[in-house]
Amino acid sequence: MEAKENRERTDSLSESLKKPLPKILRAERRGRVLTYVSSWVLILILFSLIMFITSKGSSTFLDGEVQLANFFSTTWNPGEYQFGALSFILGSLIVSVCAALVSAPLGIGAAIFMTEIAPNWGRKILQPATEILVGIPSVVYGFIGLSVIVPFIRENVGGLGFGLLAGIIVLSIMILPTIVSVSVDTLQAVPNHIRQGSIALGATRWQTISRLLIRTSLPGLMTGVVLGMARAFGEALAVQMVIGNAPNLPFQLLEPMSTLTSVITLNMGNTVQGSAYQDVLWSMALVLLLMTLLFIVLIRWMTKRSDLSS
Amino acid sequence: MSEKIVVRDFNLYYGEKQALIDNNLIIERNKVTALIGPSGCGKSTFLRSINRMNDLIPGVRTSGTIEIDGQNIYGEEQDLVLLRKNVGMVFQQPNPFPLSIYDNIAYGPRIHGFNDKKKLDEIVETTLKQANLWEEVKDRLHTSALGLSGGQQQRLVIARVLAVQPDVILMDEPASALDPIATERLEELIDYLKKSYTIVIVTHNMQQAARVSDMTAFYLNGEIIEYTETNLLFTNPSDQRTEDYISGRFG
Repeated sequence: MEAKENRERTDSLSESLKKPLPKILRAERRGRVLTYVSSWVLILILFSLIMFITSKGSSTFLDGEVQLANFFSTTWNPGEYQFGALSFILGSLIVSVCAALVSAPLGIGAAIFMTEIAPNWGRKILQPATEILVGIPSVVYGFIGLSVIVPFIRENVGGLGFGLLAGIIVLSIMILPTIVSVSVDTLQAVPNHIRQGSIALGATRWQTISRLLIRTSLPGLMTGVVLGMARAFGEALAVQMVIGNAPNLPFQLLEPMSTLTSVITLNMGNTVQGSAYQDVLWSMALVLLLMTLLFIVLIRWMTKRSDLSS
Repeated sequence: MSEKIVVRDFNLYYGEKQALIDNNLIIERNKVTALIGPSGCGKSTFLRSINRMNDLIPGVRTSGTIEIDGQNIYGEEQDLVLLRKNVGMVFQQPNPFPLSIYDNIAYGPRIHGFNDKKKLDEIVETTLKQANLWEEVKDRLHTSALGLSGGQQQRLVIARVLAVQPDVILMDEPASALDPIATERLEELIDYLKKSYTIVIVTHNMQQAARVSDMTAFYLNGEIIEYTETNLLFTNPSDQRTEDYISGRFG
């Protein structure tokens, strides 16, 4: 009796295993449709954004409103149809490269401290600290820069306080957590037996760090620095609050200057739609987009190289 | 026959837990000494005590002495860099650095302040020859060491150890990640190296201990149960627990 029941149960089980239930098939199809739709929506949004900015940004020149030579000059006087944006392009580049140069040693040093020197309490204190730094909105950084750093520079270094130096200081603090967290991840990815192999050869801890760990994780560390630079490059609000916003070439630490982002945010609302002035702002946005793309390509290339070496 | 490493009343604690209990052992020069025993019996812990790699683990305490050439390595004046240069170590997993083959070998001499390019070339060639790897890699010294097979990597690591001119080599289950052919080549290498070095090897594989070693110590729960010539230990163990272990009744 029991044996028969058992057999019946296995029969029905093997029956149902032969062909999947329609319910399962329907769920499968629904899941697939959902993921397909979301990814296509994402691609569509991205492409239309790029198309939009590209067409807006390039029409300035295609329509013959503004000559390329005019755009890439250093004279900025929109009232006179002088739309030289070179100072802003250079401004963006110099302020972000300098901020990364300041931040890189600090950030990588802190990451080494957290992973190699004092993993326990280093992580307990520095990890939350960097997370908080990420969470602070950029307007707060700008406000602190405006009310603390700018007056400090004015009183102790000279000039108005607004300018390249203030921008570098604010941005380097803002991108520090990016560099720290990418560096920490990279260093932690180095397997422990590598460190042990080095120590067992008689290397000191500092030799192990400087000759082996930094060398093997260099691509990852550089990725962090470039990511930080990209973030600095795209930051608008905080920079605009401390940089001074004068159309000067960015070669004086204490002189007010401008970046692409600060010019766009300051003038976007004040220009007439379709005017040459606004079109030039779109062209600057296009330059920003292209530069960011370049950063991403750079990062991709670096991470690919680090994959090969590990 | 002479004494290379003398262990006296050596105890080691991980926090509250005692991992090694009253170890006494005399390891002879230019011999291969095997440490066998079930997992967690303390044989690897003991091995790592000989170059003080256990110092890296927080909460480790020791008592007793380990003397190498008459000098207590747990003495106050012991220089750890010098100790680890003199007592090389080969790990369970081959651990080449993610550098070129050449830079792997040159790493040790360089950290000890040796930078003469010509001399380094020479060291790389001789140690790779000693480790029986030269013929296989001489044309690609400047390619990544991670491209080598597991067995080649383990021989590279041995060459890397030889490059700092140690006189003791510790091996922690060096063949456990290797296939039988690579294992055989490694065992031949060990046999060749013992002419110039004192070798202590931890192994899970009793046939391997029987093949490569001159002396064998049987560990159980942190104690050395029996320590004698390998032939004797495997054919005529004096302790019942040793016999049970080598005949496969536990472990």
